[in-house]
Amino acid sequence: MKTIEKVRFTFLDKLIKEPVIHKVGRDFNVVTNIRRADIQDGIGWVILEIEGDQQSIEDAMEWVRSLGVRVDPAVGDVVEG
Amino acid sequence: MSHVLSLRCKECSREYPVEALNVCDFCFGPLEVVYDLVSIAKATSREKISSGPNSLWRYADFLPAEHNSAVDINAGFTPLIRSRGLAERLGLDELWIKNDSVNPSYSFKDRVVAVAAAKALEFGFDTIACASTGNLACAVAAVAARSGLKSYVFIPSNLEAGKVLGAAIYRPTMVAIDGSYDDVNRLCSELADSYPWAFVNINVRPFYADGSKTLGYEVAEQLGWRAPDHAVAPSASGAMFTKIYQGLKEFEATGLISDVHTKMHSAQARGCSPIATAYEEGRFVIRPVKPNSLASSLAIGNPADGYYALKVIERSGGSAVIAEENEIADGVKLLAETEGIFTEGAGGVAITGLKHLVETGKIKRNESVVVYITGNGLKTTELVADVVSPLHIEPSVEAFEAAMAVRAGR
Repeated sequence: MKTIEKVRFTFLDKLIKEPVIHKVGRDFNVVTNIRRADIQDGIGWVILEIEGDQQSIEDAMEWVRSLGVRVDPAVGDVVEG
Repeated sequence: MSHVLSLRCKECSREYPVEALNVCDFCFGPLEVVYDLVSIAKATSREKISSGPNSLWRYADFLPAEHNSAVDINAGFTPLIRSRGLAERLGLDELWIKNDSVNPSYSFKDRVVAVAAAKALEFGFDTIACASTGNLACAVAAVAARSGLKSYVFIPSNLEAGKVLGAAIYRPTMVAIDGSYDDVNRLCSELADSYPWAFVNINVRPFYADGSKTLGYEVAEQLGWRAPDHAVAPSASGAMFTKIYQGLKEFEATGLISDVHTKMHSAQARGCSPIATAYEEGRFVIRPVKPNSLASSLAIGNPADGYYALKVIERSGGSAVIAEENEIADGVKLLAETEGIFTEGAGGVAITGLKHLVETGKIKRNESVVVYITGNGLKTTELVADVVSPLHIEPSVEAFEAAMAVRAGR
């Protein structure tokens, strides 16, 4: 079954130059769709939609995290004080 | 009568109908409620507000839901206290304390949940839910108890006992989740997508957030229809902070007050300070963090409204300030000792932040200041447990007087 997730990747320093999103689509059989992004000195973020089966998405996110990219829900934390 | 026009994306400005939506389909930006301020200006007046109920519903013209007594636990219209002891200690001539720790479930979250629950009923939901590190869970459970709505509260399994009890007493379905903060976050995101509930801070978030505007309205009214020179508030997601300012600006736009020059100052704890760190580094990109703070109600690592809080700081000429972790309890104690108000860690952060703002000259002695105290200390007694050190004596007058002599150094 296809799942769609909305996530935010936050990149620091040298990771900004890495084609992370391209590799996610190429290696994990998921479809990525960038909706909004901002890159500044030393930091950048991308908000994107990822579509695929649940396991593929989880594998992709785990790989992205392993690179040092922070992965969060696109809408911010849903846990509140 | 509602003066709501639509929902609108804060990023791309696309408009949406007034439904249980929180994210723009196109850019995934957050949605906010759009009001007809011209129509509100015609409908409202100082006299109308002053003769309204002693709750946040006195500002019903400015809110996105109709007043519904079924969900009304009398949130809001909390005291604004003129400080004496703390003002003197800090060297301020006009310091006011907005004591929102005396709301029905003991935090400002009663405001946002009151509005979210009223809107949830209008939308036809029979269940409200939240993911919370404490105060929000208490508010959701309390409002649900009053209204007959079903409620689900999801909490991290390591939450302070006072906050667990403060929610459990209202008998919600309480789910304690084992796992990291990120795990709790992820699970609750999935649940919100899967169940037909009003997740107060997710699918009805645009309406929920606007409950915090009343913190701006009330202060303006209680100050005698004026805005302060400075407002200092703790920040977690940043939503409350931005809505206080929006409240002041809406009062200005509708002619109820003039000259909103208030500088907005956001206070965070060192262990979770993504907004204040971005401010200090001079950028508008929030770098999410893994929270590790004694101020548990501020422990939001990826603040949904962090960017907008930074914009409010910029627009108002304010700042962001960080309280070190070892200063939080000191802030709680200082407020208690000087004003008789017992707040939680978030209040300790606000008081410490205020102290730093005065020390660094960002707030001057002769300027008017409001500091927001948003939660009650009785839920997190662990933070200041070291203050309990009574004199132990035998049951006799002699023993008492001997103990007094020792204390006086005689």
